[in-house]
Amino acid sequence: MAVDISAREYTTIKEAAGPLIVVEGVEGVSYGEVVKVVTPEGEEKTGQVLEAGRGLAVVQVFEGTSGIDTSRTRVRFTGDIMRISVAQDMVGRFFDGLGNPRDGGPEVIAEERLPIIGAAINPTARDYPREFIQTGISTIDGMNTLVRGQKLPIFSGAGMPHNALAAQIARQAKVLTTGEPFSVVFAAMGITHEEASFFIHDFERTGAIERMVAFINLADDPAIERVITPRMALTTAEFLAYEYDMHILVILTDMTNYCEALREISAAREEVPGRRGYPGYMYTDLSTIYERAGRIRGRKGSITQIPILSMPDDDITHPIPDLTGYITEGQFVLSRDLHRRGIYPPVDVLPSLSRLMDEGIGPGRTREDHAGVSNQLYAGYAEGRDMRDLVAVVGEEALTSRDRKYLEFADAFEKRFVTQGRNEERSIEETLDIGWDLLATLPEGELKRIDEHIIKKYHPKYRKGE
Amino acid sequence: MGAIMKIAGPLVVADDMRGCEMYEVIKVGEEGLLGETIRLDGDLAYIQVYEDTTGLKPGEPVLKTGSPLSVELGPGLLKNFYDGVQRPLEALRAKVGDYIKRGVHAEALDRAKRWKFTARADEGREVEGGDILGVVQETEVIEHRIMVPPGIKGKLIELKEGEFTVDECIGRVETDTGEVELKMMQRWPVRKGRPYKEKLDPDVPLLTGQRINDTFFPIAKGGTGAIPGGFGTGKTVMQHQLARWADSQVIVYIGCGERGNEMTEVLEDFPKLIDPHTGKTLMERSTLIANTSNMPVAAREASIYTGITIAEYYRDMGYDVAIQADSTSRWAEALREISGRLEEMPGEEGYPAYLAARLSDFYERAGRVRTLCSPQEDRIGSVTVVGAVSPPGGDFSEPVTQNTLRVVGNFWALDSSLADRRHFPAISWLRSYSLYIGYLRDWFSKFGAHDFMEQREEMMSLLQKEAELQEIVQLVGADALPPRERGILEVARMIREDFLQQNAYHEIDSYCSLEKQYLMAKVILEWYDRAKEAIERGIPVERLETMRIKDAIARMKYIKNEEFRAKYEDIMRAMKDEFEALTKHGSGS
Repeated sequence: MAVDISAREYTTIKEAAGPLIVVEGVEGVSYGEVVKVVTPEGEEKTGQVLEAGRGLAVVQVFEGTSGIDTSRTRVRFTGDIMRISVAQDMVGRFFDGLGNPRDGGPEVIAEERLPIIGAAINPTARDYPREFIQTGISTIDGMNTLVRGQKLPIFSGAGMPHNALAAQIARQAKVLTTGEPFSVVFAAMGITHEEASFFIHDFERTGAIERMVAFINLADDPAIERVITPRMALTTAEFLAYEYDMHILVILTDMTNYCEALREISAAREEVPGRRGYPGYMYTDLSTIYERAGRIRGRKGSITQIPILSMPDDDITHPIPDLTGYITEGQFVLSRDLHRRGIYPPVDVLPSLSRLMDEGIGPGRTREDHAGVSNQLYAGYAEGRDMRDLVAVVGEEALTSRDRKYLEFADAFEKRFVTQGRNEERSIEETLDIGWDLLATLPEGELKRIDEHIIKKYHPKYRKGE
Repeated sequence: MGAIMKIAGPLVVADDMRGCEMYEVIKVGEEGLLGETIRLDGDLAYIQVYEDTTGLKPGEPVLKTGSPLSVELGPGLLKNFYDGVQRPLEALRAKVGDYIKRGVHAEALDRAKRWKFTARADEGREVEGGDILGVVQETEVIEHRIMVPPGIKGKLIELKEGEFTVDECIGRVETDTGEVELKMMQRWPVRKGRPYKEKLDPDVPLLTGQRINDTFFPIAKGGTGAIPGGFGTGKTVMQHQLARWADSQVIVYIGCGERGNEMTEVLEDFPKLIDPHTGKTLMERSTLIANTSNMPVAAREASIYTGITIAEYYRDMGYDVAIQADSTSRWAEALREISGRLEEMPGEEGYPAYLAARLSDFYERAGRVRTLCSPQEDRIGSVTVVGAVSPPGGDFSEPVTQNTLRVVGNFWALDSSLADRRHFPAISWLRSYSLYIGYLRDWFSKFGAHDFMEQREEMMSLLQKEAELQEIVQLVGADALPPRERGILEVARMIREDFLQQNAYHEIDSYCSLEKQYLMAKVILEWYDRAKEAIERGIPVERLETMRIKDAIARMKYIKNEEFRAKYEDIMRAMKDEFEALTKHGSGS
């Protein structure tokens, strides 16, 4: 079996369809192997084996199959799986979706070449995330706290300011106890030039660019490349986190485009589709991206993920947000209604959730009243929103005075707690104090979700008496 | 020996495999990756591989093992943490580091560990499958009963005592076909239910300490339950609560295609949580199976069978075992993924046509049974299965939810609108049901209280009325309702907020004893009776709404279980006094 696997080159493409080519007469091709395809024009493309059979291989070509013919195109099987060269020098640089420099700088001098398919972390090796990250945004810190090692997506829709919010988080996020900033690994899949330049300018303006690595696949870049981009980014993130003890915030935008690429490949392979034409394995596939967030026992670094996805037609039950929500530890949901009313950030706290919040807040982490205040604000706002619906039907006159209090509370909550400036950074104390000011407008007997001794200590009524 | 023909994701096709059986374990490739045949076609075998297949090549060897996918059963299962095909995760970590690597083998039961075996059977006795040979103190709280493996029958000619590893001979049985060596460890194929004598009626409840479960929708020991709910509705918290508090003796927790951090939480919590029934930690009586979403998908498919086989084994010892499977939807998706790779004709939403059959096969392995053993031993054990279901978009009409509902006895429907207003547990009282009520009625009247069920029904009907009234309120406002109806709204709110809402994270409220549940309900219904009377006497509803006793009722849940009866008397007295004062004033003015 002395086959020279480094130089197996074929010109036996049998079929090209969509992003796929089928190569005949091949030998010793392994599943997941990287393939180089050279078109008659001399353009070199990269691909990966999706199905390895005896004498037959199905290859997905990341740059698309244009220019490929069935007689002169050469296909070279490299004998290796997909890898990326990683180095600490990557910080501060820009790459394309396949990891080639995009900023005109030199190639990365590899410290290591790592496979981009990350192995699953052994659940016994994980360290449970419980360090509070202060983002300076009240709706996040106060109501849906982010912790280090969490994966918490932003569910947005076309035309909403998710990019501004993500940039603000990237800029302001810090761990309170140490004040360490995060380094950011930014992966863009299929975003427009304007969106990309918004991020780049924002990061340049604030100096964040010095501590970030960006992988950018633009809207007019090859679509299939998008299935690789987030994995390139995460492999880099893992290297920086676990080899250089850095705390990494990974922003993935827009996961919807990633899923579209996945669907395109699946359709080309004529696979049995799941819901709405997305492949049945999309949950598993997405989990191999999202589950790479986390902390590992005995290692200093961490990976926190904020994937952004635009919900088609703002539909949270669409397969993309749905499957994402089942994997991630909560979600921030942006509301078109709030956005229309000019509220920034338009985070709707009711459907938003951070599953890891309970462990990340409280004495020693944020403040002892955090859980109670957050629950009470939530309950109050939910009740106020119900009242709004009611008023729409029966008019404000039909409300009891208690109901009216809640109606006012909901308005005040949106105006003072939710709304904040794009560069406004609130400490967790400020956020909670605003919360107390709002709660003070309700009768004290209504504050059922806060322990009595906490009320006595933090309620403005008692604090003024000090 | 065969050879690989084709690799597509977790599916490998091999040729030269004639003589291979369905569901036989296969070693695939140079590294000997673990797989299982799922389709045979001439001399082709379709194999689902439990490990990552990247890098496999056509032509690599494929080895038959001749045995079906089995688990190892014996001392050391408890306090252990396995993947979907029973590889011990901690041992794997010690071997290959923080990431799951493939081609690594580790024994499910530690071969080096010696257990102190105390014989219980007499030499010379006739024994058969299920008979107890002796015991091993497996953990502080669980005595592991070493049984004769099913299918063996004969005279016990030797039984040793002392310290042994699971693999050493502890005795011999002379059967019709010759002598058989007995070991502490036995094997059992996961896809085949372990035998028992007879199934019993589900007439003993599995108490969970959760008010909505025990009082409203109780589950029986040996019953099956489903918890469907969209993301963020609290399925996992519910599962953890049931694992933590239910009065089963052994817990098998299956994290099937779920989040890594969630499994870590279980792993960190179980060894710390004190179990109210034993005073020791929960881990002392638990086995955990974790196949997180990003671990190989075929192993996820196997994980629920691995889990239920372990559960059946402890059932056979005479224990009440509870299985928490989170989530069966992920299991179904694994099934769908493999089915898709096999290019099978899809049923609804791409799921294979045999989804319903597989689900019912699984849930039917639950039950309260008279275990296999000779007549003089006679034991009863149970396996209760609770499966979380994650319907896409929270839509219960999808195939996994619907097919599950067809076979389970309990339906705890999680409602996202309740979760949105932080009503937890977010189990909808209008949509949920328990088919065990009829069976359990006698038990509750006997061991709960004679009017336990009546109280339950009264509360249910009040909530039902509330739902009807709410429709009117939406149109005309609460003020427009007559006082009687407003009284109903008020008591329904109390039932919802002060009874049904239960805080899993509150140290006292997390577990509510059956007695406390009963008395809490009694207080609320007493308030309602008195309120009705007061309304009839013309006391304005506003006065009732602002009564001081309502604060005390709202804080009832935070009173310790053991102090509750005493406090209950105080509350009832205070309530009586306040109502009397009210009516005196009310009728006087």
